[in-house]
Amino acid sequence: MSTPVTDSLTTADVVAAVTRFGAVVTENRQYLIDLDSAIGDADHGENMARGLAAALEALAAEPPASPADALKAVATTLIRKVGGASGPLYGTAFLRASTAVAGKDQLGAEDVVALLVAARDGIVSRGKAEPGDKTMVDAWTPAVEAAQAALDGGGDVSAVLAAASAAAQDGAAATVPLVARKGRASYLGERSAGHQDPGATSTAMLFAAFASVAGQ
Amino acid sequence: MKKIINDPSDVVAEALQGMALAHADLIDVRLDPAVVVRKGGGVPGKVAVVSGGGSGHEPLHGGFVGRGMLSAACPGAVFTSPTPDQIEAATKAVDGGAGVLHIVKNYTGDVLNFETGAELAAADGIEVAAVVVDDDVAVKDSLYTAGRRGVGGTVLIEKIVGAAAERGDDLAAVRTLCERVNANVRSMGMALTSCTVPHAGKPTFELGEGEMEIGIGIHGEPGRERLPLEPADAIVDRLLAPVLEDLPFASGDRALLFVNGMGGTPLLELYIAYRHAEAVLRERGITVERRLVGNYITSLEMQGMSVSLLRLDDEMVELWDAPVHTAALRWGA
Repeated sequence: MSTPVTDSLTTADVVAAVTRFGAVVTENRQYLIDLDSAIGDADHGENMARGLAAALEALAAEPPASPADALKAVATTLIRKVGGASGPLYGTAFLRASTAVAGKDQLGAEDVVALLVAARDGIVSRGKAEPGDKTMVDAWTPAVEAAQAALDGGGDVSAVLAAASAAAQDGAAATVPLVARKGRASYLGERSAGHQDPGATSTAMLFAAFASVAGQ
Repeated sequence: MKKIINDPSDVVAEALQGMALAHADLIDVRLDPAVVVRKGGGVPGKVAVVSGGGSGHEPLHGGFVGRGMLSAACPGAVFTSPTPDQIEAATKAVDGGAGVLHIVKNYTGDVLNFETGAELAAADGIEVAAVVVDDDVAVKDSLYTAGRRGVGGTVLIEKIVGAAAERGDDLAAVRTLCERVNANVRSMGMALTSCTVPHAGKPTFELGEGEMEIGIGIHGEPGRERLPLEPADAIVDRLLAPVLEDLPFASGDRALLFVNGMGGTPLLELYIAYRHAEAVLRERGITVERRLVGNYITSLEMQGMSVSLLRLDDEMVELWDAPVHTAALRWGA
Protein backbone atom coordinates (compact mmCIF):
# COMPACT_ATOMS: atom_id res chain seq x y z
CA MET A 1 0.00 0.00 0.00
CA SER A 2 1.43 3.33 -0.98
CA THR A 3 0.65 6.50 0.94
CA PRO A 4 -2.21 8.38 -0.71
CA VAL A 5 -0.99 11.56 -2.36
CA THR A 6 -2.88 14.57 -3.56
CA ASP A 7 -1.94 15.14 -7.14
CA SER A 8 -4.40 17.90 -7.89
CA LEU A 9 -6.63 20.56 -6.33
CA THR A 10 -10.28 20.60 -7.36
CA THR A 11 -12.70 23.49 -7.20
CA ALA A 12 -14.03 22.05 -3.95
CA ASP A 13 -10.47 21.94 -2.56
CA VAL A 14 -9.96 25.63 -3.34
CA VAL A 15 -13.25 26.50 -1.63
CA ALA A 16 -12.29 24.30 1.33
CA ALA A 17 -8.92 26.04 1.61
CA VAL A 18 -10.48 29.52 1.55
CA THR A 19 -13.01 28.33 4.14
CA ARG A 20 -10.17 27.06 6.32
CA PHE A 21 -8.27 30.36 5.86
CA GLY A 22 -11.39 32.27 6.90
CA ALA A 23 -11.81 30.12 10.00
CA VAL A 24 -8.17 30.51 11.05
CA VAL A 25 -8.23 34.28 10.52
CA THR A 26 -11.46 34.55 12.52
CA GLU A 27 -9.96 32.47 15.35
CA ASN A 28 -6.89 34.68 15.27
CA ARG A 29 -8.69 37.97 14.67
CA GLN A 30 -7.55 39.44 18.01
CA TYR A 31 -3.99 38.15 17.56
CA LEU A 32 -3.74 39.90 14.17
CA ILE A 33 -5.27 43.07 15.65
CA ASP A 34 -2.67 42.96 18.43
CA LEU A 35 0.20 42.53 15.97
CA ASP A 36 -1.16 45.45 13.94
CA SER A 37 -1.65 47.59 17.05
CA ALA A 38 2.04 47.30 17.83
CA ILE A 39 3.23 48.78 14.54
CA GLY A 40 0.16 49.87 12.58
CA ASP A 41 -3.44 50.88 13.01
CA ALA A 42 -5.06 47.83 14.60
CA ASP A 43 -7.38 46.91 11.74
CA HIS A 44 -5.79 43.90 10.00
CA GLY A 45 -7.58 41.12 11.89
CA GLU A 46 -10.92 42.86 11.65
CA ASN A 47 -10.59 43.62 7.93
CA MET A 48 -9.46 40.13 6.95
CA ALA A 49 -12.14 38.42 9.03
CA ARG A 50 -14.83 40.68 7.54
CA GLY A 51 -13.53 40.28 3.97
CA LEU A 52 -13.21 36.49 4.12
CA ALA A 53 -16.67 36.13 5.64
CA ALA A 54 -18.02 38.13 2.68
CA ALA A 55 -15.97 36.00 0.25
CA LEU A 56 -17.39 32.79 1.70
CA GLU A 57 -20.91 34.20 1.41
CA ALA A 58 -20.20 34.99 -2.25
CA LEU A 59 -18.91 31.44 -2.88
CA ALA A 60 -21.98 29.96 -1.20
CA ALA A 61 -24.38 32.23 -3.10
CA GLU A 62 -22.89 31.34 -6.47
CA PRO A 63 -20.95 28.06 -6.39
CA PRO A 64 -17.88 28.39 -8.63
CA ALA A 65 -17.50 26.20 -11.70
CA SER A 66 -13.70 26.01 -11.64
CA PRO A 67 -10.74 26.77 -9.39
CA ALA A 68 -10.21 29.99 -11.35
CA ASP A 69 -13.85 30.99 -10.73
CA ALA A 70 -13.47 30.41 -7.01
CA LEU A 71 -10.26 32.42 -6.83
CA LYS A 72 -11.83 35.25 -8.84
CA ALA A 73 -14.89 35.42 -6.59
CA VAL A 74 -12.63 35.73 -3.56
CA ALA A 75 -10.56 38.41 -5.31
CA THR A 76 -13.54 40.52 -6.27
CA THR A 77 -15.04 40.37 -2.78
CA LEU A 78 -11.78 41.29 -1.06
CA ILE A 79 -11.14 44.22 -3.41
CA ARG A 80 -14.68 45.55 -3.09
CA LYS A 81 -15.33 44.92 0.60
CA VAL A 82 -12.11 45.15 2.59
CA GLY A 83 -10.44 48.50 1.90
CA GLY A 84 -7.19 49.31 3.67
CA ALA A 85 -4.03 47.89 2.14
CA SER A 86 -4.92 44.25 2.71
CA GLY A 87 -8.01 44.38 0.46
CA PRO A 88 -6.22 45.43 -2.72
CA LEU A 89 -3.11 43.35 -1.96
CA TYR A 90 -4.85 40.05 -1.17
CA GLY A 91 -7.45 40.83 -3.83
CA THR A 92 -4.77 41.30 -6.46
CA ALA A 93 -3.07 38.07 -5.36
CA PHE A 94 -6.28 36.05 -5.79
CA LEU A 95 -7.09 37.79 -9.07
CA ARG A 96 -3.68 37.04 -10.60
CA ALA A 97 -3.86 33.48 -9.28
CA SER A 98 -7.23 33.09 -10.97
CA THR A 99 -5.90 34.37 -14.29
CA ALA A 100 -2.89 32.03 -14.08
CA VAL A 101 -5.10 28.92 -13.94
CA ALA A 102 -7.96 30.04 -16.18
CA GLY A 103 -9.70 27.19 -18.02
CA LYS A 104 -8.39 24.36 -15.81
CA ASP A 105 -10.72 21.97 -14.02
CA GLN A 106 -8.07 20.71 -11.63
CA LEU A 107 -4.74 22.13 -10.55
CA GLY A 108 -1.62 19.99 -10.71
CA ALA A 109 1.65 20.83 -8.96
CA GLU A 110 2.87 22.93 -11.89
CA ASP A 111 -0.41 24.88 -11.94
CA VAL A 112 -0.15 25.54 -8.23
CA VAL A 113 3.36 26.93 -8.58
CA ALA A 114 2.32 29.06 -11.56
CA LEU A 115 -0.60 30.39 -9.54
CA LEU A 116 1.64 31.22 -6.59
CA VAL A 117 4.21 32.99 -8.76
CA ALA A 118 1.47 35.09 -10.40
CA ALA A 119 -0.07 35.95 -7.04
CA ARG A 120 3.27 36.97 -5.54
CA ASP A 121 4.14 39.07 -8.59
CA GLY A 122 0.76 40.81 -8.32
CA ILE A 123 1.38 41.72 -4.68
CA VAL A 124 4.87 42.99 -5.44
CA SER A 125 3.68 45.14 -8.35
CA ARG A 126 0.71 46.62 -6.43
CA GLY A 127 2.46 47.21 -3.12
CA LYS A 128 5.91 47.93 -4.57
CA ALA A 129 7.52 46.17 -1.61
CA GLU A 130 10.64 44.02 -1.75
CA PRO A 131 11.85 41.22 0.52
CA GLY A 132 13.20 42.77 3.72
CA ASP A 133 10.67 45.64 3.82
CA LYS A 134 8.74 43.89 6.64
CA THR A 135 5.56 43.21 4.69
CA MET A 136 3.61 40.20 3.47
CA VAL A 137 6.19 39.88 0.68
CA ASP A 138 8.58 38.49 3.31
CA ALA A 139 6.28 35.48 3.65
CA TRP A 140 5.20 35.25 -0.02
CA THR A 141 8.66 35.26 -1.60
CA PRO A 142 10.23 32.41 0.38
CA ALA A 143 6.97 30.46 0.07
CA VAL A 144 7.00 30.75 -3.72
CA GLU A 145 10.68 29.84 -3.87
CA ALA A 146 10.13 26.78 -1.67
CA ALA A 147 7.15 25.73 -3.79
CA GLN A 148 9.27 25.99 -6.94
CA ALA A 149 12.08 23.96 -5.34
CA ALA A 150 9.64 21.28 -4.25
CA LEU A 151 8.21 21.09 -7.76
CA ASP A 152 11.69 20.88 -9.28
CA GLY A 153 12.41 17.98 -6.90
CA GLY A 154 9.40 16.08 -8.23
CA GLY A 155 6.97 16.99 -5.46
CA ASP A 156 3.23 16.69 -5.87
CA VAL A 157 0.65 19.32 -4.94
CA SER A 158 0.68 18.44 -1.28
CA ALA A 159 4.50 18.49 -1.13
CA VAL A 160 4.61 21.83 -2.97
CA LEU A 161 2.09 23.43 -0.62
CA ALA A 162 3.65 21.90 2.50
CA ALA A 163 7.03 23.36 1.52
CA ALA A 164 5.45 26.72 0.75
CA SER A 165 3.61 26.76 4.06
CA ALA A 166 6.72 25.99 6.09
CA ALA A 167 8.65 28.70 4.28
CA ALA A 168 5.86 31.26 4.75
CA GLN A 169 5.81 30.48 8.45
CA ASP A 170 9.59 30.99 8.70
CA GLY A 171 9.34 34.12 6.57
CA ALA A 172 6.71 35.63 8.86
CA ALA A 173 8.80 34.84 11.93
CA ALA A 174 11.83 36.41 10.24
CA THR A 175 10.03 39.77 9.98
CA VAL A 176 10.36 40.28 13.74
CA PRO A 177 13.78 41.99 13.79
CA LEU A 178 13.23 43.95 10.55
CA VAL A 179 12.73 47.72 10.34
CA ALA A 180 9.63 48.42 8.22
CA ARG A 181 10.13 50.31 4.97
CA LYS A 182 6.63 50.03 3.52
CA GLY A 183 3.10 50.41 4.80
CA ARG A 184 2.02 52.17 7.93
CA ALA A 185 4.66 50.48 10.11
CA SER A 186 7.34 52.34 8.15
CA TYR A 187 6.36 55.54 9.94
CA LEU A 188 7.77 54.07 13.14
CA GLY A 189 11.28 53.71 11.75
CA GLU A 190 13.54 51.78 14.16
CA ARG A 191 10.65 51.31 16.58
CA SER A 192 9.01 48.85 14.20
CA ALA A 193 11.76 46.29 14.94
CA GLY A 194 10.89 43.58 17.46
CA HIS A 195 7.35 42.97 16.17
CA GLN A 196 6.09 40.38 13.70
CA ASP A 197 4.45 41.83 10.61
CA PRO A 198 0.68 41.23 10.60
CA GLY A 199 0.42 40.86 6.80
CA ALA A 200 3.22 38.27 6.72
CA THR A 201 1.45 36.48 9.57
CA SER A 202 -1.89 36.26 7.77
CA THR A 203 0.00 35.13 4.65
CA ALA A 204 1.44 32.23 6.64
CA MET A 205 -2.14 31.38 7.68
CA LEU A 206 -3.22 31.39 4.02
CA PHE A 207 -0.48 28.94 3.01
CA ALA A 208 -1.17 26.74 6.03
CA ALA A 209 -4.83 26.56 5.03
CA PHE A 210 -4.03 25.47 1.46
CA ALA A 211 -1.39 23.00 2.71
CA SER A 212 -3.79 21.43 5.19
CA VAL A 213 -6.46 20.93 2.53
CA ALA A 214 -3.94 19.48 0.06
CA GLY A 215 -2.50 17.19 2.75
CA GLN A 216 -5.84 15.64 3.60
CA MET B 1 -13.43 50.12 26.60
CA LYS B 2 -16.10 52.69 27.47
CA LYS B 3 -17.86 54.14 24.44
CA ILE B 4 -21.31 55.38 23.52
CA ILE B 5 -21.90 52.70 20.91
CA ASN B 6 -24.27 49.80 20.31
CA ASP B 7 -22.24 47.17 18.47
CA PRO B 8 -18.65 47.78 17.27
CA SER B 9 -19.58 46.51 13.80
CA ASP B 10 -22.41 49.06 13.48
CA VAL B 11 -20.38 52.12 14.50
CA VAL B 12 -19.83 53.67 11.07
CA ALA B 13 -23.30 52.94 9.66
CA GLU B 14 -25.10 54.27 12.74
CA ALA B 15 -22.94 57.39 12.88
CA LEU B 16 -23.75 58.04 9.21
CA GLN B 17 -27.47 57.59 9.89
CA GLY B 18 -27.25 60.18 12.66
CA MET B 19 -25.27 62.53 10.51
CA ALA B 20 -27.84 62.27 7.74
CA LEU B 21 -30.62 63.26 10.15
CA ALA B 22 -28.63 66.04 11.81
CA HIS B 23 -27.57 67.67 8.56
CA ALA B 24 -30.40 66.80 6.20
CA ASP B 25 -30.26 70.33 4.74
CA LEU B 26 -26.62 69.91 3.65
CA ILE B 27 -26.00 66.30 2.71
CA ASP B 28 -27.44 63.06 1.44
CA VAL B 29 -26.05 59.88 2.95
CA ARG B 30 -26.01 56.47 1.28
CA LEU B 31 -25.08 53.37 3.23
CA ASP B 32 -24.25 50.69 0.66
CA PRO B 33 -21.68 51.61 -0.41
CA ALA B 34 -21.18 54.31 2.23
CA VAL B 35 -21.03 57.76 0.67
CA VAL B 36 -21.76 61.29 1.93
CA VAL B 37 -22.89 63.54 -0.92
CA ARG B 38 -23.56 67.24 -1.02
CA LYS B 39 -27.29 67.97 -1.20
CA GLY B 40 -28.31 68.12 -4.83
CA GLY B 41 -25.32 66.09 -6.02
CA GLY B 42 -22.98 67.38 -8.70
CA VAL B 43 -23.11 70.93 -9.99
CA PRO B 44 -23.32 70.91 -13.80
CA GLY B 45 -20.21 72.37 -15.41
CA LYS B 46 -18.22 72.52 -12.18
CA VAL B 47 -15.37 70.36 -10.97
CA ALA B 48 -16.32 68.08 -8.09
CA VAL B 49 -13.96 67.46 -5.17
CA VAL B 50 -14.05 64.07 -3.45
CA SER B 51 -12.08 62.90 -0.47
CA GLY B 52 -12.29 60.02 1.93
CA GLY B 53 -10.45 57.76 4.26
CA GLY B 54 -11.02 55.69 7.32
CA SER B 55 -13.72 56.71 9.77
CA GLY B 56 -12.68 57.87 13.24
CA HIS B 57 -11.30 61.24 12.11
CA GLU B 58 -14.56 63.20 12.31
CA PRO B 59 -15.43 65.79 11.26
CA LEU B 60 -12.99 64.83 8.44
CA HIS B 61 -14.22 64.11 5.74
CA GLY B 62 -18.03 63.92 5.87
CA GLY B 63 -18.25 67.04 8.03
CA PHE B 64 -16.65 69.03 5.23
CA VAL B 65 -19.15 68.10 2.54
CA GLY B 66 -21.22 71.07 1.40
CA ARG B 67 -21.09 74.37 -0.39
CA GLY B 68 -17.56 75.66 -0.93
CA MET B 69 -15.73 72.53 0.22
CA LEU B 70 -16.16 68.83 -0.62
CA SER B 71 -18.70 67.49 -3.11
CA ALA B 72 -18.62 64.03 -1.55
CA ALA B 73 -16.78 61.92 0.99
CA CYS B 74 -16.32 58.15 1.27
CA PRO B 75 -15.97 56.98 4.87
CA GLY B 76 -14.23 53.62 5.24
CA ALA B 77 -14.42 51.34 8.26
CA VAL B 78 -12.73 52.78 11.35
CA PHE B 79 -9.13 53.65 10.41
CA THR B 80 -9.48 51.67 7.17
CA SER B 81 -9.44 53.28 3.75
CA PRO B 82 -12.66 53.19 1.73
CA THR B 83 -13.13 50.50 -0.91
CA PRO B 84 -12.98 51.14 -4.66
CA ASP B 85 -16.75 50.79 -5.05
CA GLN B 86 -17.32 53.55 -2.45
CA ILE B 87 -14.89 55.80 -4.28
CA GLU B 88 -16.50 55.01 -7.64
CA ALA B 89 -19.99 55.66 -6.24
CA ALA B 90 -18.98 59.01 -4.71
CA THR B 91 -17.26 60.08 -7.91
CA LYS B 92 -20.27 59.18 -10.09
CA ALA B 93 -22.70 60.84 -7.69
CA VAL B 94 -21.09 64.27 -7.93
CA ASP B 95 -19.60 64.44 -11.41
CA GLY B 96 -20.97 67.56 -13.03
CA GLY B 97 -19.33 66.85 -16.37
CA ALA B 98 -16.23 68.95 -15.64
CA GLY B 99 -14.24 66.20 -13.94
CA VAL B 100 -13.56 65.12 -10.38
CA LEU B 101 -10.55 65.73 -8.17
CA HIS B 102 -9.67 63.07 -5.59
CA ILE B 103 -7.86 64.37 -2.51
CA VAL B 104 -6.04 61.34 -1.08
CA LYS B 105 -4.08 61.18 2.16
CA ASN B 106 -0.81 59.35 1.75
CA TYR B 107 -1.40 55.96 3.30
CA THR B 108 -0.73 52.75 1.39
CA GLY B 109 -4.35 51.59 1.59
CA ASP B 110 -5.87 54.95 0.64
CA VAL B 111 -3.57 55.34 -2.35
CA LEU B 112 -4.21 51.78 -3.62
CA ASN B 113 -7.99 51.99 -3.24
CA PHE B 114 -8.31 55.49 -4.71
CA GLU B 115 -6.24 54.40 -7.73
CA THR B 116 -8.60 51.50 -8.30
CA GLY B 117 -11.69 53.67 -7.66
CA ALA B 118 -10.42 56.26 -10.14
CA GLU B 119 -9.90 53.54 -12.75
CA LEU B 120 -13.47 52.35 -12.27
CA ALA B 121 -14.80 55.92 -12.58
CA ALA B 122 -12.67 56.54 -15.66
CA ALA B 123 -14.18 53.41 -17.19
CA ASP B 124 -17.56 55.09 -16.65
CA GLY B 125 -16.30 58.02 -18.71
CA ILE B 126 -15.55 60.42 -15.85
CA GLU B 127 -12.37 62.45 -15.94
CA VAL B 128 -10.56 62.01 -12.62
CA ALA B 129 -7.42 63.67 -11.30
CA ALA B 130 -5.82 62.90 -7.94
CA VAL B 131 -3.50 64.66 -5.52
CA VAL B 132 -1.84 62.82 -2.65
CA VAL B 133 -1.51 64.89 0.55
CA ASP B 134 1.73 64.35 2.48
CA ASP B 135 2.31 67.12 5.00
CA ASP B 136 3.52 65.22 8.08
CA VAL B 137 7.11 66.16 8.95
CA ALA B 138 7.21 63.45 11.64
CA VAL B 139 7.98 61.01 8.85
CA LYS B 140 11.54 61.94 8.06
CA ASP B 141 13.09 59.80 5.40
CA SER B 142 10.69 59.21 2.56
CA LEU B 143 13.17 57.05 0.63
CA TYR B 144 12.85 54.29 3.20
CA THR B 145 9.22 54.69 4.20
CA ALA B 146 5.87 54.78 2.46
CA GLY B 147 6.41 58.55 2.33
CA ARG B 148 5.01 61.28 4.51
CA ARG B 149 1.50 60.86 5.85
CA GLY B 150 -1.36 63.17 5.08
CA VAL B 151 -2.57 64.80 8.29
CA GLY B 152 -3.79 68.29 9.36
CA GLY B 153 -2.93 69.96 6.08
CA THR B 154 -5.75 67.94 4.50
CA VAL B 155 -8.37 70.18 6.17
CA LEU B 156 -6.80 73.36 4.81
CA ILE B 157 -6.41 71.83 1.36
CA GLU B 158 -10.05 70.70 1.24
CA LYS B 159 -11.26 74.21 2.14
CA ILE B 160 -9.07 76.08 -0.34
CA VAL B 161 -9.46 73.62 -3.20
CA GLY B 162 -13.20 73.31 -2.61
CA ALA B 163 -13.52 77.08 -2.94
CA ALA B 164 -11.63 77.02 -6.24
CA ALA B 165 -13.99 74.38 -7.60
CA GLU B 166 -16.97 76.39 -6.36
CA ARG B 167 -15.84 79.49 -8.29
CA GLY B 168 -15.59 77.40 -11.45
CA ASP B 169 -11.89 76.67 -11.96
CA ASP B 170 -11.29 73.82 -14.41
CA LEU B 171 -9.90 70.42 -13.36
CA ALA B 172 -6.31 71.18 -14.34
CA ALA B 173 -6.35 74.45 -12.37
CA VAL B 174 -7.95 72.85 -9.32
CA ARG B 175 -5.38 70.07 -9.36
CA THR B 176 -2.45 72.48 -9.72
CA LEU B 177 -3.77 74.57 -6.85
CA CYS B 178 -4.17 71.44 -4.72
CA GLU B 179 -0.55 70.49 -5.38
CA ARG B 180 0.57 74.04 -4.56
CA VAL B 181 -1.24 74.11 -1.21
CA ASN B 182 0.12 70.67 -0.35
CA ALA B 183 3.64 71.82 -1.20
CA ASN B 184 3.26 74.78 1.19
CA VAL B 185 1.82 73.08 4.27
CA ARG B 186 3.61 71.14 7.02
CA SER B 187 2.27 69.46 10.15
CA MET B 188 3.41 67.60 13.26
CA GLY B 189 1.34 65.86 15.93
CA MET B 190 1.65 64.48 19.46
CA ALA B 191 -0.43 62.43 21.86
CA LEU B 192 -0.99 62.21 25.61
CA THR B 193 -3.07 59.02 25.33
CA SER B 194 -3.84 56.35 22.77
CA CYS B 195 -7.24 55.97 21.22
CA THR B 196 -9.24 52.74 21.38
CA VAL B 197 -10.48 51.37 18.06
CA PRO B 198 -14.01 50.01 18.73
CA HIS B 199 -13.43 46.61 17.13
CA ALA B 200 -10.06 46.23 18.88
CA GLY B 201 -11.56 46.99 22.29
CA LYS B 202 -8.38 48.20 23.96
CA PRO B 203 -5.96 51.09 23.47
CA THR B 204 -3.73 50.81 20.40
CA PHE B 205 -0.70 51.69 22.52
CA GLU B 206 -0.02 52.15 26.22
CA LEU B 207 1.36 55.43 27.44
CA GLY B 208 2.38 56.04 31.05
CA GLU B 209 0.93 58.89 33.13
CA GLY B 210 4.10 60.97 32.81
CA GLU B 211 4.76 60.27 29.13
CA MET B 212 3.88 61.68 25.71
CA GLU B 213 4.32 60.44 22.14
CA ILE B 214 5.77 62.85 19.62
CA GLY B 215 5.16 62.41 15.90
CA ILE B 216 2.01 60.32 16.10
CA GLY B 217 -0.28 59.76 13.15
CA ILE B 218 -4.06 59.99 13.06
CA HIS B 219 -4.69 56.23 13.23
CA GLY B 220 -3.34 55.53 16.67
CA GLU B 221 -0.01 54.67 15.13
CA PRO B 222 2.56 55.12 17.86
CA GLY B 223 4.85 58.10 17.29
CA ARG B 224 8.53 58.20 16.52
CA GLU B 225 9.64 58.89 20.08
CA ARG B 226 8.32 58.72 23.60
CA LEU B 227 9.33 61.45 26.01
CA PRO B 228 8.54 62.65 29.52
CA LEU B 229 5.51 64.98 29.52
CA GLU B 230 6.38 68.68 29.27
CA PRO B 231 4.48 71.96 29.76
CA ALA B 232 2.32 73.22 26.87
CA ASP B 233 4.82 75.80 25.60
CA ALA B 234 7.62 73.25 25.42
CA ILE B 235 5.38 70.81 23.54
CA VAL B 236 4.46 73.53 21.03
CA ASP B 237 8.15 74.33 20.55
CA ARG B 238 8.82 70.65 19.92
CA LEU B 239 6.08 70.47 17.25
CA LEU B 240 6.83 73.80 15.57
CA ALA B 241 10.61 73.39 15.26
CA PRO B 242 10.55 70.60 12.63
CA VAL B 243 7.60 72.27 10.84
CA LEU B 244 9.46 75.58 10.49
CA GLU B 245 12.71 73.95 9.53
CA ASP B 246 11.24 71.67 6.89
CA LEU B 247 9.70 74.02 4.31
CA PRO B 248 11.62 76.10 5.48
CA PHE B 249 9.45 78.96 6.68
CA ALA B 250 11.25 82.31 6.69
CA SER B 251 10.87 85.76 8.15
CA GLY B 252 8.38 87.69 6.04
CA ASP B 253 6.25 84.63 5.23
CA ARG B 254 2.50 84.95 5.57
CA ALA B 255 0.88 81.94 7.17
CA LEU B 256 -2.25 80.15 8.27
CA LEU B 257 -1.74 78.56 11.69
CA PHE B 258 -3.89 75.54 12.51
CA VAL B 259 -3.90 74.01 15.98
CA ASN B 260 -5.90 70.81 15.79
CA GLY B 261 -7.20 68.64 18.60
CA MET B 262 -7.00 64.86 18.23
CA GLY B 263 -10.49 64.38 19.69
CA GLY B 264 -9.92 64.09 23.44
CA THR B 265 -8.23 67.38 24.27
CA PRO B 266 -10.38 70.32 25.39
CA LEU B 267 -10.35 73.61 23.52
CA LEU B 268 -9.04 75.20 26.72
CA GLU B 269 -5.75 73.39 26.17
CA LEU B 270 -5.72 73.96 22.40
CA TYR B 271 -5.99 77.72 22.97
CA ILE B 272 -3.07 77.59 25.43
CA ALA B 273 -1.05 75.91 22.69
CA TYR B 274 -2.29 78.34 20.05
CA ARG B 275 -1.26 81.34 22.18
CA HIS B 276 2.34 80.16 22.35
CA ALA B 277 2.49 79.00 18.72
CA GLU B 278 1.44 82.41 17.41
CA ALA B 279 3.97 84.10 19.71
CA VAL B 280 6.79 81.88 18.40
CA LEU B 281 5.87 82.70 14.80
CA ARG B 282 5.70 86.43 15.55
CA GLU B 283 9.21 86.27 17.00
CA ARG B 284 10.37 84.58 13.82
CA GLY B 285 8.90 87.36 11.68
CA ILE B 286 6.16 85.13 10.25
CA THR B 287 2.80 86.89 9.94
CA VAL B 288 -0.14 84.76 10.97
CA GLU B 289 -2.91 86.04 8.68
CA ARG B 290 -5.48 83.28 9.15
CA ARG B 291 -6.05 80.74 11.88
CA LEU B 292 -8.06 77.67 12.79
CA VAL B 293 -8.29 76.12 16.26
CA GLY B 294 -10.38 73.08 17.13
CA ASN B 295 -11.01 69.39 16.55
CA TYR B 296 -11.08 69.01 12.75
CA ILE B 297 -9.01 65.91 11.98
CA THR B 298 -9.18 63.61 14.95
CA SER B 299 -8.14 60.17 16.04
CA LEU B 300 -11.23 58.96 17.91
CA GLU B 301 -10.85 59.99 21.59
CA MET B 302 -7.08 60.40 21.54
CA GLN B 303 -5.77 63.23 23.70
CA GLY B 304 -3.24 65.30 21.86
CA MET B 305 -2.87 67.85 19.12
CA SER B 306 -1.20 68.67 15.88
CA VAL B 307 0.13 71.95 14.57
CA SER B 308 -0.05 72.79 10.86
CA LEU B 309 1.45 75.80 9.15
CA LEU B 310 0.51 76.84 5.63
CA ARG B 311 2.49 79.47 3.72
CA LEU B 312 -0.14 81.70 2.18
CA ASP B 313 -0.33 83.68 -1.02
CA ASP B 314 -3.06 86.10 -2.10
CA GLU B 315 -5.06 83.47 -3.94
CA MET B 316 -5.04 81.06 -1.00
CA VAL B 317 -6.23 83.82 1.34
CA GLU B 318 -9.08 84.71 -1.01
CA LEU B 319 -10.13 81.07 -1.30
CA TRP B 320 -9.82 80.47 2.45
CA ASP B 321 -12.11 83.43 3.08
CA ALA B 322 -14.66 82.34 0.47
CA PRO B 323 -18.07 81.24 1.82
CA VAL B 324 -18.30 77.71 3.16
CA HIS B 325 -21.33 75.88 4.51
CA THR B 326 -20.70 72.39 5.82
CA ALA B 327 -21.56 70.53 9.01
CA ALA B 328 -18.23 71.34 10.62
CA LEU B 329 -17.00 74.52 8.97
CA ARG B 330 -19.16 77.49 8.14
CA TRP B 331 -18.58 81.13 7.41
CA GLY B 332 -19.75 83.76 4.93
CA ALA B 333 -22.68 81.57 3.89
